[in-house]
Amino acid sequence: MDAIWRRMNLEAIYILWLRDLTRYFRDWVRVILSLFRPTLWLLIFGTGVNNLFQMQKMNSGTDYLHFLFPGIITLNLIFASLYSGISIIWDREFGFLKEILVAPISRTSIALGRTLSGTTVSLIEGFFVFLLAPFIGVKLMASKFIPLAVIMFLIAFTGTALGVLIAVSIPSFEAFGIVANFVVMPMFFLSGAVFPVSSNLPGWLKYLVYLNPLTYGVDTLRSILVGVQVFPIWFNLLILSLFGWLVLFFAVLVFNKKR
Amino acid sequence: MKIIETKNLTKKFTPSLCSKCWRTLQGLFRAPSLKLWSVSDKNKTFLDKGAGFTAVDNISFQVEEGEIFGFLGPNGAGKTTTISMLCTLLKPSSGEAYVNGYNVVSEEAKVRQSIGIIFQDPSLDERLTAWENLKFHSLIYGIRKELIGARAQEVLNLIGLSEWRNEIVRKFSGGMKRRLEIARGLLHYPKVLFLDEPTLGLDPQTRRHIWDYIHELREKKKITIFLTTHYLDEAENCDRIAVIDFGQIIALDTPQGLRKLLPEDAIFLKTVNDEKAKIEIEEKYKVTVNFNNGGIFFSIKNGEEFIPELLKNLSLTVKSVNLKRPTLDDIFLKLTGREIREEKIKKDDWFRGILRSHSRR
Repeated sequence: MDAIWRRMNLEAIYILWLRDLTRYFRDWVRVILSLFRPTLWLLIFGTGVNNLFQMQKMNSGTDYLHFLFPGIITLNLIFASLYSGISIIWDREFGFLKEILVAPISRTSIALGRTLSGTTVSLIEGFFVFLLAPFIGVKLMASKFIPLAVIMFLIAFTGTALGVLIAVSIPSFEAFGIVANFVVMPMFFLSGAVFPVSSNLPGWLKYLVYLNPLTYGVDTLRSILVGVQVFPIWFNLLILSLFGWLVLFFAVLVFNKKR
Repeated sequence: MKIIETKNLTKKFTPSLCSKCWRTLQGLFRAPSLKLWSVSDKNKTFLDKGAGFTAVDNISFQVEEGEIFGFLGPNGAGKTTTISMLCTLLKPSSGEAYVNGYNVVSEEAKVRQSIGIIFQDPSLDERLTAWENLKFHSLIYGIRKELIGARAQEVLNLIGLSEWRNEIVRKFSGGMKRRLEIARGLLHYPKVLFLDEPTLGLDPQTRRHIWDYIHELREKKKITIFLTTHYLDEAENCDRIAVIDFGQIIALDTPQGLRKLLPEDAIFLKTVNDEKAKIEIEEKYKVTVNFNNGGIFFSIKNGEEFIPELLKNLSLTVKSVNLKRPTLDDIFLKLTGREIREEKIKKDDWFRGILRSHSRR
């Protein structure tokens, strides 16, 4: 292709990212409501189940609320990131996607800009969950911030790439909602977010859990926050980033093929 | 210089395997009563054949630099498909097209840099301000940062929206949104401006304003304007008009030239004694005169020149004279045997309508 394509991509990615963030912060209702989901899960579901497990301590002496906390961060990350794909459908419905598609920029940079903005938004919503930490007695240390940000970025990136892939291959709003739910709920329940990944699990369930890329994200988050881990960290990071890039690659492929 | 050139441009839509399966499924489960969905016969063949259809069929035309060139035709005639191909959004099935000297298939990026497009459907980000929309456009078109401010201000002045620059677009009226879209299309100094139904759904006053802007633009910027419309009165603003129907160009001429297809004007006349006037005119000029609510009328060539002569020679006192020149409506009727009207109902239009009405709140 000619030179214009390469020359402008970075700037295009930046402005696509900036636009999505501007829109996000302008919609403050959405920002506030994103706190609702983790509150429900942690304070109601978590406290209730914690009561049940009062006597039995999980894996290594942590109580259930602490065990659940990384899972809920993942939940918020994966929900926000997967659903950020809907903005592509939204844009298509309102015509703005045409303005982007007809510009002298490559589809690859459009998909990349979208993925980065979705990742940023879900990172913000992921960090919101930490606002609940004092209520359940999770102690936070500043030194954990960077490793947390890295793994949360990877989870958000993978989820957004998946959301973009769904959005570019599915034509309508309704279908997106159904498919996204169809993906997000199993991914959440099979990630070890609500129950520990141990050898006691029945075989079929264990393999499903192992197949889920989110399992490796939850595992890393839990090892940072609670100090419990099943897989080596390097393995987790490798699987998660490989999966994220693979999905993004497919999304770009599908996006480039359309029309 | 020919700024747009097409040779045997054709677009044939073939359904994908996926949509074929979908149609078969629909066919299996469709209750007989639901067949009402196929709105018109034309639509029905479009939906049920499943074998694909030719939206643009072998069209060739050239547009000169600085020209206002109009594509006139009913909905579904292939106007938007042609624009989409010229704008590189669709790939032609066969044939060639050049915009600003660049091939629309092999030199996509250069074509895109040379054109500005105002789509049929609104394409602004309604949650952003006017200024942010312009800034977004500037950056994805690679305008240098230090130039953006001045350019955006320039186009805002041109369309008279400077005071609204920091307002959220959602608050704008339909006409203002259209003008902002035109401004945005001009930001990167395109050589050709494509306008797909620029005045669709706007009230007559706003339509006239939009046309004033378009003419002003041509004066000031010397850019070529390619537009589609199905409003016949609007097509008369063009330098040349291509009449398109079922994917083919059936006439291409200036509005005056097209008018020559129907050379006769109609003259409506009221006199002190219409009965006598009818007989007198029929004898003198060998035309058929008919009665028409409280007056008489007849058709004749060069109506304008005929009126003074008629007034001089007619022995009766004339109360009023009216000249009606043929409109493009009549011409379209003559060319196609059909009147231009809304024909195609897009199946998802109602849904979009709902979305739009919600977005306006």
